[in-house]
Amino acid sequence: MKNLTIPEEEYMLPGHTACLGCGATLAMRYTLKALGKNTIITIPACCWAVIPGVYPSRTLEVPLLYTAFEVTGAAVSGIRQALSAKGIEDVNVVGFAGDGGTADIGIQSLSGAVERGEDIFYIMYDNEAYMNTGIQRSSSTPKGAWTTTTQVGKVRDWKKEKKKNMVEIMAAHGIPYTATASIAFPEDFIKKLEKGKKIKGPKFYHVFSTCPTGWLVSPNKSVEVARLAVDSKVFPLYEVENGIYNITYMPKKEVSVKEYFSLQGRFRHLTEDEINEIQKEVDESWRILIEKEKWSKSLIKV
Amino acid sequence: MIFMMKMLTGNYASAWGAKLARVKVVAAYPITPQTTIVEKIAEFIANGEFEGRYIRVESEHSAMAACIAAENTGVRTFTATSSQGLALMHEMLHWASGARLPIVMSVVNRALGPPWSIWSDQQDTISQRDTGWIQIYTENNQEVLDSIIMAYRIAENENVLLPIMVIEDAFILSHTMEPVEIPEQEKVDMFLPEYDPRYKLDPAVPMGFGSLVMPEGPFMEYKFKGQEAMENAMNIIDEVDMLYKENFGRSYGGTVEEYRLDGAENVLVIMGSVASTAKDVVDKLRNEGKNVGLVRIRSFRPFPYKRLRYILKNRKSVGVFDRSYTFGYGGALFTEVRSTLYGLSTPVKGYIGGLGGRDITTGLLEKIFMDIIRIGNEGIDRDYEWVGLIGDKRW
Repeated sequence: MKNLTIPEEEYMLPGHTACLGCGATLAMRYTLKALGKNTIITIPACCWAVIPGVYPSRTLEVPLLYTAFEVTGAAVSGIRQALSAKGIEDVNVVGFAGDGGTADIGIQSLSGAVERGEDIFYIMYDNEAYMNTGIQRSSSTPKGAWTTTTQVGKVRDWKKEKKKNMVEIMAAHGIPYTATASIAFPEDFIKKLEKGKKIKGPKFYHVFSTCPTGWLVSPNKSVEVARLAVDSKVFPLYEVENGIYNITYMPKKEVSVKEYFSLQGRFRHLTEDEINEIQKEVDESWRILIEKEKWSKSLIKV
Repeated sequence: MIFMMKMLTGNYASAWGAKLARVKVVAAYPITPQTTIVEKIAEFIANGEFEGRYIRVESEHSAMAACIAAENTGVRTFTATSSQGLALMHEMLHWASGARLPIVMSVVNRALGPPWSIWSDQQDTISQRDTGWIQIYTENNQEVLDSIIMAYRIAENENVLLPIMVIEDAFILSHTMEPVEIPEQEKVDMFLPEYDPRYKLDPAVPMGFGSLVMPEGPFMEYKFKGQEAMENAMNIIDEVDMLYKENFGRSYGGTVEEYRLDGAENVLVIMGSVASTAKDVVDKLRNEGKNVGLVRIRSFRPFPYKRLRYILKNRKSVGVFDRSYTFGYGGALFTEVRSTLYGLSTPVKGYIGGLGGRDITTGLLEKIFMDIIRIGNEGIDRDYEWVGLIGDKRW
C-alpha cells in the first residue's frame, strides 16, 4: 500500500510549455489533484494561457475556457450560473489567474463575483509580476524587487511600494473562505482546497508560485525559495474562514528576509539597511497576523 | 387564434422577447436608456415568470464576459446595453463573435460623449461594425420584440453561430409606448427549440476553448469561417423573416425593407425608427408626383450588398442618411452604399444628421429628398454633408 499525502490522480499531463522550475505548473497540478475531474476551469491572459500548449495540444484533462485578461470573476460567474440553470450543482468552477490578472486589471470582476456570493474557486497563482509579458511590475510585486518596469539603474528605481494584500481584500468582502498557500506546501494547499469543496460560495486562494525566470532564481531552487518565503514569514500560510484567522503553518526555524532574498537576483541590489527595513516590515506584519488570529478567535461564540 | 396585445415601450418589448425566447442566463448592467429592459426582466423574475438567471454584474464588460462564459457552458443568454456601456464591452464583443457564440443583445442607440448626451444616434453601434456581430436595426416596438425572437433563430443556426445586436432608438422607441402583439409562448417554443450546442464546457467531454494558435494556422482559417458565416447570415436573415411571417404573420423584409420603390427614381437609404418619418415624407412627395422611394437597411452587418445593388442599380440618384459620423469622411452607411454601387453611374450622396437626439423632422427629410432629386438631374455637388446644424440656412 502506498502511503501518499497528496492524491495520486493527475489531471495535468506532461508536455506543457512552461519555463524550467515554473511554480505556476505546480499550483495547477495540485489544484486539479485536489478538485478532481468534475471541474471546469477558466484562464485569462497570463502564463497559464500559454502553458497548456499550442492548439490542438492541451495539457489539462478538464474543460478549459480561455478568456480575456480582466474577466475571470465574470467568467466563473457565467459558467456557474449556466450550470445552475441546467440543474448542475456538483461541478467545481475554477478561475485560475495570475497576480496581474487578479490584483490589478481583474480586481473589479473578482470583487463583483465575490460580492454576489458566486459558488466558485478563484486561484491567484502569484508569481509577483507580469511574467508572461516579460517581468513587469504588478501591485503584487514585493517591495524591493527589480522588474523590467522598476529597474535599479543609477537612481535605484526598484519597487518601493508594498505588495497588495489580496487575502485582506477578500476578507473585507465577507468571503466565506480565503487562504494563502504555497507550492512548497502541497499538503497544506490541498487541504485548503478540500475544505473549500465543502463551502458554498466564493473561495479565494492566494498561491505563492516561484518564477525562476522573473526572479532570477536557479530553476532547481524553485521550491526551496517558496519554502524560505514561508519560513521567513514573508509569505505566511493562513486562512480566513468567515472572518476568523487561522495560521496553518508555524515556521519552525528562524529564517531571515536576507536569507530568503539571497537566492534571488531580483533583490541583489538592496543594501543591508534596505533589507533591514524590509525585515522590520515583515516582522510587524507577522506580529499583526498573530494578533488577528488571537483576536478573531476570541470572537467565536462557544 | 389567441393573441395578446399590450401597450409596450421598445424596452419592454425587448424584455418580452427575451422572456419568450426562454433565455437561461441574463447578465447586465444598468445604463440609461437601456435600464428599463433589465428592470422588466427583474420584475418577471420577481414574479416567478422568468425561468432564467440574472447576474447583476458590476460592469458591461463583465456582462458580456459572463454571457460568453455562460453561452460556452451551453445555455441561451441575453444582455442589453447602450452607448458608453457598449463601448466598454468592445473587447468582449470581439471575443463573443470570435468564439462563435450566438448571444443576443438589445442595444438602445444613444450618443457617445463628450459632451454628455443620453439621446439617440447610432454612433455607439456603428462604432462596433467590425466586431463580428450581426446588427439588426428596428423601426418600431413590435419589430423589437419580433427581432429578438428571430435573432435567436438566426444566431443559433449552425451555418451562422454569430452574436446579434437588436438595435432600437433611445427614447423614440425605448421609452415610447405602442401596441405590441405578444406571440403565444407555445408558438415561440416551436419556432425556437431549446438551445443545445454541439460543443460546450462539460467535464464528461473536456475540451479547450480559445487556445493559442500560431501564425501558420489555423487563426486565419478560423476567421475566414467567421466571414463565411456572415455571408450565410445574409440569406438566413431573409429566410427567417419569411418563416416568421408564416408562423406569426409579420415580416420586416429581412436584411432590407423596400418602401414604394415601384418606379422610384430618387431613393433615400436610411436605418432605424426615422424610417417611419421618412415613409410619411415619401407618401407626401409621391402624392405631389415625385418619384421617390425609401430603402431601410435592417441588417448593417452582414451588409446586404448583393440585394442592395439589385434594388438600387437603375435609380437616377441615391441619398444615404447617417445618424452617426466618422470624422474625416462621410458616414459609415454612406460609404457602404457607395461602394456597393461602385461601377454604376448612379450618383450617391451622404447626409449626416440627427446626432445626440437632434430631431429629424419631416421638413428636413423633405429637403433631403429634394436634394436627391436635384443631384439626379444636375449631378453630384459634394460627396456628403452635415444637415440640421444650428444656423445653417440651407437645411
